[in-house]
Amino acid sequence: MDQSGKQKPDEQEISRRVFFARLGIGSLGLATVGTLSFAYQYMSPNVLYEPSPIVNAGNVDEYSMNSVTMHAAEAIYVVRLPEGIFSLTMICTHLGCMTAWKPELGIIACPCHGSRFSEEGQKLAGPAPRPLPWLRTWLSDDRDVMVDRSTDVPPFQFLRI
Amino acid sequence: MQPRTEATLGRLMASRLWKSIFRSGRGTSTLHRSMAIQQSVLLHILPAKVRRRMLNFDATWYLGTLTLGTFLVLVITGILLMFYYHPSVPQAYADMKDLRYVVSSGLFLRNLHRWSAHAMVLLAFAHMFRVFYRGAYRPPREFNWVVGVILLLITLLLSYTGYLLPWDQLAFWAITVGSNISSAVPIVGQKIHFLMLGGNQVNANALLRFYVLHCVILPLAAVLFIAVHFWRIRKDGGLYVQQSEPAKGAGETPVSTEDSAQEAVAKP
Repeated sequence: MDQSGKQKPDEQEISRRVFFARLGIGSLGLATVGTLSFAYQYMSPNVLYEPSPIVNAGNVDEYSMNSVTMHAAEAIYVVRLPEGIFSLTMICTHLGCMTAWKPELGIIACPCHGSRFSEEGQKLAGPAPRPLPWLRTWLSDDRDVMVDRSTDVPPFQFLRI
Repeated sequence: MQPRTEATLGRLMASRLWKSIFRSGRGTSTLHRSMAIQQSVLLHILPAKVRRRMLNFDATWYLGTLTLGTFLVLVITGILLMFYYHPSVPQAYADMKDLRYVVSSGLFLRNLHRWSAHAMVLLAFAHMFRVFYRGAYRPPREFNWVVGVILLLITLLLSYTGYLLPWDQLAFWAITVGSNISSAVPIVGQKIHFLMLGGNQVNANALLRFYVLHCVILPLAAVLFIAVHFWRIRKDGGLYVQQSEPAKGAGETPVSTEDSAQEAVAKP
């Protein structure tokens, strides 16, 4: 009775039961991955009805020298210094609160957790991890200040007037 | 009870209709009493027998039951508030004001919902502290502690998602700050933030998402885990009561509690 071939099957060989079990688990795994990716795609909106990131901040001549102008609805500052004009985001780099220019102190302050910034956006105090980013700014043909709120630029790139 | 009423009730309980609904039938024997619990869908989650000590106020301070009570108040008041609330911008804020000033009993229901929400968070924490300091999380109840932690997270998420719904300044900035915290997660932080809000800022999409989470997904998850939580209490030998545990190492000579207390003190 030589049954050694049946009792000790080749390690490479898998039984029908194991094969179908693996096939089942494998297809369940594939279906799970598919469901997750479907869910992720469905839950990520493809079209956003949010305001345009590019805003017109009015004629450049309306900004007087050494001034910080708040545009609260657009959440940007337009700053005019002797070196030129530039714009900063009003949104604090800490947790996204709206900062405010304090003319009596000459600083930008965040009401939520007390971060403070200079008029050039440099961090002075508080929990904010980064300075306020400078936003891409240019002049339109009508000499209107245009700001792209979705694009940061390296600081101290003044727009010479 | 008058004999005639009793006889009528007896006939009713002996009828086929009664027996088809309440299979245990009549009787006051221990078997009948436990059958009445086990065979009712609403009661089967409860143990058929409870030690008197477990029901003492001292044993639990009823903190878990009170947490469930506030949850039930929140479900009922929440469903009633949903009849007047539209999760849209800027209607949500107007509806909240209407509930306050115009709708009959709206102020009462809204305040009841809000105060119960605060109470539920407080009671859930108190319940967990109680369980922790009594050592009721220890085996065989360690899995039920994990279920409890999940329930705490669901409670906090319910609290957080409900905070946006009034759509006032407090709600808006609280969710702005809270959702920005999720951006700090390495690599996928921005994606989580975008998915949670359905956009880049707290807006109409975020309001609708938080509404669906608050009114549908999280309550369903809570009910599911509450069911598991209560079922596990029964399976793990009932509520934890001091001295109700079987002695360590069954089969050994039983030791008096004083001895084991000294032993425990003697250990470094």
